[in-house]
Amino acid sequence: MSARTLPLIATIVIFLLAYLVCYLQFPAMLSTRVIGNLLTDNAYLGIVAVGMTIVILSGGIDLSVGSVIAFAGVFIAVMLRDTGLHPVAVFAALLAITTAFGAAMGGLIHVLAMPPFIVTLAGMFLARGAGYMLSVDSVPIDEPFYDFLKDAYYLMPGKGRLTLIGIVMLLSVAAGMVIAHRTRFGTSVFALGGGVQTARLMGVNVGRTTVLIYAFSGFMAGLSGIVFSIYTASSYPLAMVGTELNAIAAVVIGGTILTGGAGYVFGTLIGVLTMGLIQTYIVFDGSLSSWWTKIVIGMLLLLFILLQKGLLRLDIRRRAGAA
Amino acid sequence: MPQVFRRILPQVLTLLAVILLVSLVFPGFVQIDFERGRLVGPIIDVLKRGAPVALLAVGMTLVIATRGIDLSVGATMAISGACAAWAISSGYGLIPALAAAIAAGILSGLWNGTLVAVFGIQPIVATLILMTAGRGLAQLITEGRILTFSHDGLAFFGSGTILGLPVPALIWCVAAVLFALLVRRTALGLLIEAIGINRRASTIAGINSRVLLVAVYVASGFCAAWAGIIATADIRGADANNSGLWLELDAILAVVIGGNSLMGGRFSIAASVLGALIIQTIDTGILLAGFPSEFNLVIKATLVIVILVLQSPNLAPHLARALRISRGAPLVGSSAAREAGE
Amino acid sequence: MLLTIRSLTKTFPGTLALDAVDFDLAAGEAHALLGENGAGKSTLIKCLTGAYARDSGNLHLDGAPISPASTLEAQELGIGTVYQEVNLLPNLTVAENLTFGRQPVRFGMIGQRAMRRQAEELLSGYGLDVDVRRDLGSYSVAVQQIVAIARAVALSGKVLILDEPTASLDARETEMLFDVMRKLRDRGLGVVFISHFLDQVYEIADRVTVLRNGKRIVTEETAGLDRLRLIEHMLGRELEAQTAEGAQQPAEPADPSARELHFEGIGRRGKIEPFDLSVGRGEVVGLAGLLGSGRTETAEVLFGVHPAQVGTARAPEGALDLSSPRAAIAAGFGFAPEDRKTDGIVADLSVRENIALALQARRGWSRPLPRAEQNRLADEYIRRLDIRTSDAEKAVGDLSGGNQQKVVLARWLAMNPRFLILDEPTRGIDVGAHAEILRLIEEVTRRDGMSVLVISSELEELVAVADRVIVVRDRSHVAEFTGADIAPDRIMRAIAAPDVAAPDEEAA
Repeated sequence: MSARTLPLIATIVIFLLAYLVCYLQFPAMLSTRVIGNLLTDNAYLGIVAVGMTIVILSGGIDLSVGSVIAFAGVFIAVMLRDTGLHPVAVFAALLAITTAFGAAMGGLIHVLAMPPFIVTLAGMFLARGAGYMLSVDSVPIDEPFYDFLKDAYYLMPGKGRLTLIGIVMLLSVAAGMVIAHRTRFGTSVFALGGGVQTARLMGVNVGRTTVLIYAFSGFMAGLSGIVFSIYTASSYPLAMVGTELNAIAAVVIGGTILTGGAGYVFGTLIGVLTMGLIQTYIVFDGSLSSWWTKIVIGMLLLLFILLQKGLLRLDIRRRAGAA
Repeated sequence: MPQVFRRILPQVLTLLAVILLVSLVFPGFVQIDFERGRLVGPIIDVLKRGAPVALLAVGMTLVIATRGIDLSVGATMAISGACAAWAISSGYGLIPALAAAIAAGILSGLWNGTLVAVFGIQPIVATLILMTAGRGLAQLITEGRILTFSHDGLAFFGSGTILGLPVPALIWCVAAVLFALLVRRTALGLLIEAIGINRRASTIAGINSRVLLVAVYVASGFCAAWAGIIATADIRGADANNSGLWLELDAILAVVIGGNSLMGGRFSIAASVLGALIIQTIDTGILLAGFPSEFNLVIKATLVIVILVLQSPNLAPHLARALRISRGAPLVGSSAAREAGE
Repeated sequence: MLLTIRSLTKTFPGTLALDAVDFDLAAGEAHALLGENGAGKSTLIKCLTGAYARDSGNLHLDGAPISPASTLEAQELGIGTVYQEVNLLPNLTVAENLTFGRQPVRFGMIGQRAMRRQAEELLSGYGLDVDVRRDLGSYSVAVQQIVAIARAVALSGKVLILDEPTASLDARETEMLFDVMRKLRDRGLGVVFISHFLDQVYEIADRVTVLRNGKRIVTEETAGLDRLRLIEHMLGRELEAQTAEGAQQPAEPADPSARELHFEGIGRRGKIEPFDLSVGRGEVVGLAGLLGSGRTETAEVLFGVHPAQVGTARAPEGALDLSSPRAAIAAGFGFAPEDRKTDGIVADLSVRENIALALQARRGWSRPLPRAEQNRLADEYIRRLDIRTSDAEKAVGDLSGGNQQKVVLARWLAMNPRFLILDEPTRGIDVGAHAEILRLIEEVTRRDGMSVLVISSELEELVAVADRVIVVRDRSHVAEFTGADIAPDRIMRAIAAPDVAAPDEEAA
């Protein structure tokens, strides 16, 4: 078993075991209703985590996504309130903005040769500030098209609702899987994560790839913002603080190595669902407090980071032994 | 020592420029009055409100000097604040409460340091764990509530005054001076810089880099504990959700504004603290000048980008050359420039 | 000729890395490029592949002048390179590595099956049995090397440069690699092969070019080349005149009872076979051997950089702990490493701070060396070692290589250790400073009674300073010379091969 697949398998096993534990205690949790809610409630996180997965696979990090989602919500609400544009046109404009924003950060990272951490930190401040500038207060969205989007769902057997935004999330994951594992761009992303120097030697256009990676993350953050605004039907510039952290956690729990170069987009979906499951369990239990979510996620993070560190060492030792 | 002054000159000038700008819009900014035994005025307010970030920046400077980063300081503040509030409201008295808070900070630092130095995990990854879980731990202590207390002794650390000066301002001044003395009057500063620049060569030269690495994270935890005590004492309650929220980013920003390279090496605690004051002055100034506070974030973002351009190994050599020709002044991030020049 | 290089010159600040070097490569030829560290091999390769811009000189490929500006451009011209490391990406599959940049794409998506077929086609003829869908990193280094070669050949197809491809391969794997090289040569490729293992050079190479100090020394047919002569070419005899007088100095008779440090059965798997070594007070022990023979590894094991897995170290006062550099320093050891940039200097710190660093580390953080004392030390060693710097506060990274080396030496001399290990102490240092450092070694051993282990590829230098010379070959200590037996030709014979070694050799 290679060092790449083991974390993914561990992720899936942990998720299934956790689900089994939940089921044994609350049989109701194995209903399509719960599953549908799990997808709907975590749709925004799943979408943004797909973008984050690509970024992390390339060895980078994007701290700006939470702020971008918040900006997206405010942008949509203000545009719908102040202009007569159709929501779809607003969505398109928003996605163009967030994609360009991500591309700009990618460009800065490459041109300045500075750590992505600090560049996207600036992006985080900037996007949050831009959101504030549009509106300091919460803006409700009152739009018939929104009600339509919100209520669009497919009724699964067992009366579970597979909502539109849940489907968008699943489609995003599928798109992410194709991009990461089935395109030349995806291979270049893995190559960057494996080592910038080697990647350059092998012919990767590092600058272009970096710009595209962060543009993709910006696009996904914008899409996540749309989904979140549909989910809440309102916007608030202070919303989504810390989402970047949750997205990073989901990626790592999903078995992607935080230093880049190895991982699966599908794992990220499982990571998101695992985090959602913990929350659902706490809701079902009723007596457990919400902070256990953070503690358990922290413990899972530790587990996966140590697991990957251990695998890496084992790998090096095995190769040294073979040499 | 003229060298020290030359090092912090850009930060001093920036601070003065910011103060000047704010004063233009809000003329009363530099005014200080003496009321009911305490000094009052916007500048005093900056000194007081800037305390948590200034404290965090002191510890963060040391961590960044070793080429690391500590994302968990905000969460550590929350844990320490929660410990202090819990101890005081359980009737343990002031000293045990402070001790509990500081012990929590030191333990957090030990945890981070062990992950980084012993397990060899990247600092940003290692400290992310506590950043995520730490706030949950703090909520565990406060049981999700804002744990309020009414103990004047502890509240003194947030809102008290000594000789007319706010206690939080005094605490960070003392901490900054003590740490600066600690690293510069002993060999610690040199050894920390050495492992930040070249850990392998330093280890071969006999430096105990593992212990030193753990020590800087402990120092960071210790500073975060004091910041947590101040934040908790100020509102007479521990708010595990919001205490120190995102302050790790402000602290990193302060260190970067202080001209310290994220690539490790040479550091100046004084410059970092000045960086924290610059951030706080902008914060307070924007509020007083009547601008909407959202400008604050945009200004911060601009600051970061300007500094990144100045420090960039790709651009700095050219900039440095251009600037040297025009005025012959030293530049932040000259070490990065040299690295790229090789 | 497939490839001709004429008077290629390249300078770096302070050093002439390549001095009007000529080089020819015929189609269907395996051409070995030999030389010690710093001889200019990698600079030559990098100029050829466009990684460095050359100062002057001409490159011709198939008779046409070329001037590649990047490795990618060189690749397109037909020059492919496989480095010892940093080749391909272990985190991608074999197929992805092989087809990288040219993956078969349909509707923007990579056709997995087509990619696999393409990869398997590329690998056919290399005699590998691998699943191209698996991660490259899950295969042995040998397989990875061959995959890298297959990629380089597929992309370029005229000239293949192999930079130390066998450094981490075992005998069977090396044979596998050589089979591939022979096949490619027979297909008409020109293969440039860099190696430190002479046996391999004789086995695979048709011709040999030796570089030393940036100059081409010789190009000859391997078949007619005497092994000893080859090593002479590589190591040179430049110092002969300068230190002749030192060589005649009668070495003190080795008195085993006076030996101060005893290492027994010290070794580490994959680094150096267990060896015994005793070092007397004031004695200079030389360690001779080619690059990669285990000479640096010996030093690193003794100093705890890579601690020994077996064996013991004893001093008159008892057993010594050499489990880490700190422990070794506490035992009175010092170590000036070969690669001063990564292991020696702390570039951003000043000359003064670098010199005081080890001393300060030993004193502990709480007892800072007073500034006056630091200044005194810095001034003393700047004067004694003739360190060329504007002042003691200049950052070491801004000094030239030779002066950086002197700063590292000063750091250890300031410690006054009882046992100092110097790995290539004179590399990259001008002739004057060279003699100066040798004189310094004499001084600290004769006057202060310091014991010194000198690792050097310059045999004359060892002959000049050493009381005893140990020869390392294939990761083990194979011969030892004392007194009048220390002579360059004897040492060279011992380095060359067991059957021509000196009669008084004692196998370790």
